[in-house]
Parts: sequence; C-alpha cells; structure tokens
Amino acid sequence: MNYLAAGGGGEEGFHAPGIAEFWQPLVGNGAFALTRSMVVFAAVAIILTVVLLRVTKKLELVPSKGQFLVESGYSLVRNGLARDIIGADKFKPFLPLMFALFTVVLINNLMGIMPFINFPTFSRIGYAIVLTAIVYFTYHGVGIARLGLFGWLKSFCPPGLPAWVVPIVWIIEFLTYVVNRPLTMALRLFGNMFAGHLMIMVFVFGGEYLLFSTEGFLPVTGVLAYVFSLAIFLFEVIVQCLQAYVFVLLACVYIAGAVADEH
Amino acid sequence: MVEGNIAFLGYGIAAIGPGIGVGLIFAAYINGVARQPESRSVLQTIAFTGFALTEALALLGLVFAFLFR
Repeated sequence: MNYLAAGGGGEEGFHAPGIAEFWQPLVGNGAFALTRSMVVFAAVAIILTVVLLRVTKKLELVPSKGQFLVESGYSLVRNGLARDIIGADKFKPFLPLMFALFTVVLINNLMGIMPFINFPTFSRIGYAIVLTAIVYFTYHGVGIARLGLFGWLKSFCPPGLPAWVVPIVWIIEFLTYVVNRPLTMALRLFGNMFAGHLMIMVFVFGGEYLLFSTEGFLPVTGVLAYVFSLAIFLFEVIVQCLQAYVFVLLACVYIAGAVADEH
Repeated sequence: MVEGNIAFLGYGIAAIGPGIGVGLIFAAYINGVARQPESRSVLQTIAFTGFALTEALALLGLVFAFLFR
C-alpha cells in the first residue's frame, strides 16, 4: 500500500512515508530499545524542570518575558480551565496535575515542529495512554473516595428518569465512563499528533522527490509542495496548542463530574 | 493502475460527518459570542468540549482505517 504511482512509472517510484517512520530505535531493537520519542520526552522533562524552577525562583512584580509566558500559561490553566469547570471551591487540589498535564502535552507537541528534533512524542500511542491513565484513575479515585464504590456507580445515571429507562441509560453511561472516555482521550491526542506528523512528512518527502527525481515541469510542483508544507507547519502549531488545551479541558470536565454534588 | 487500499478511501468518506459537525459547533459558538460577547468564557468551554467529542469520531475512523486494511 505504500507505493503510489508517481513520477511516470519509473522502476523506483515514490515511497510514501507510513507507520514505519514512527518506530525509531536509537539503541537496541525490539521490546527493549531506547527510542527517539523516549529521548525527546526526557529532554522535555529536563527543559520543563529547569525553565519552571528558574522562572519561579525570582518572581518580580513587573514580569520579564519568560515570567510573563509562564504566568499566562498558568493563569490559562488555573482561571480559564480548572476554576471555571471544576468550581471555585474545589479546584485547588487538582491544579498541580492540570498544570503538569498542560505543560507536558504542550511542549511535547511543539517538539513536533522544532527544527532538528521534529518528533511529537505523542505520535507513539503509549505516551498518550499513560497520561490518560493518570486522568482516568484520578477521576474514578475521586468519585469512589467521595461517594463510595456503589454510590459512584449509581451516580453515573442522571437523576429524574422514569424507572424503566434507568437500566439502559446506566449501561450506556457506564460504558461512557469506563471505556469511551479514556479511549477517545488517548486516541485524540495520539491521532492528532500522528496524522499531523505524517502529513508534514508526506509534503516534505514528496516535495523532495518531485524536486530531485523528476523531469519536465514536475520540479516546479516540488517547490509548491515545500511552500505548502510551511502552511501545514503553521497549521500544526495551532493543532498542537489546541490539543494541549483540549486534553486539559477534558481532564477538568471528567474530574468536575466526579466532584460535583449532583449531575 | 493505482495501487492502494479502499480503507483509506473509506476514511475520507468517514471524515465528512465529523467535519460537518465541527463546522456546526463553531458556527453556533461564533453566533453565540456575536450576540452576547460577555458569554464568551462559558461558551468557549462548551464549544471545545463539543468539538473534542465530535472530533473523536474522525479519530476512531482513522484508527479503523489502519486496523482494517
């Protein structure tokens, strides 16, 4: 499936980038390997730690550029997301989790368009699953701690329904809480990063092929492909920031459902 | 001859529905903010939650396109 008929039917042809491009072991191979995404994730963790520690160590009343950036990100998470969605009296305990999720997802996503790194960590689904698992266990844990196991299971069903619909709605809601939410949350982050990175690769590799391996007027279209890949890059920046926002938004919505007094 | 897989064609068709859905959500969001600008912060949360839920359909399609090829 990886071969597209391009370049006038030559023996070589254009090899379109596929899933294989995302498996990039640096040391070792198979089940135990140090992959490119692991290195990027570790680098992001170090960068985040150093930057946040340095910025928050010397806070000033008139903020510097770095302090302004960190503060605006923090106030977006604190005021725009956690306080508005979870509620002003209950959001405090979840704030560190939310800010950590936001920064980790955002910086990891932005690594996808960073020159020389060019690899969004969350285009490997394992990373997205781990972050989703943290949110999943948090909102179930909070719900069970507040209502007890049976109370939490009972609260899935919204009140005020006629008795004969309750079992059907409860089954649907149960599947939503237990299967759908984590599934879509992990797939959303993974799918966006994966598709975006694949699209950039198609335009860059395709442009390279058209530019250097074709004759006639086709190299001109290669230049066009490169110009368009810049537009895709800018679009990716928007998508990456949006996905970090949406991930934290959904985490807040799910936790708000667990701490709310009634649905 | 073009070689390929029908699953990816199917994904293209499957992406139409979520595309329309996301468009409708943001159209409603823009309408709401235009009519009542101070409701922006409330509507933003609702709009992006709806956007995320609709987008999930497109992403399920993407996964199935790779699963069933």
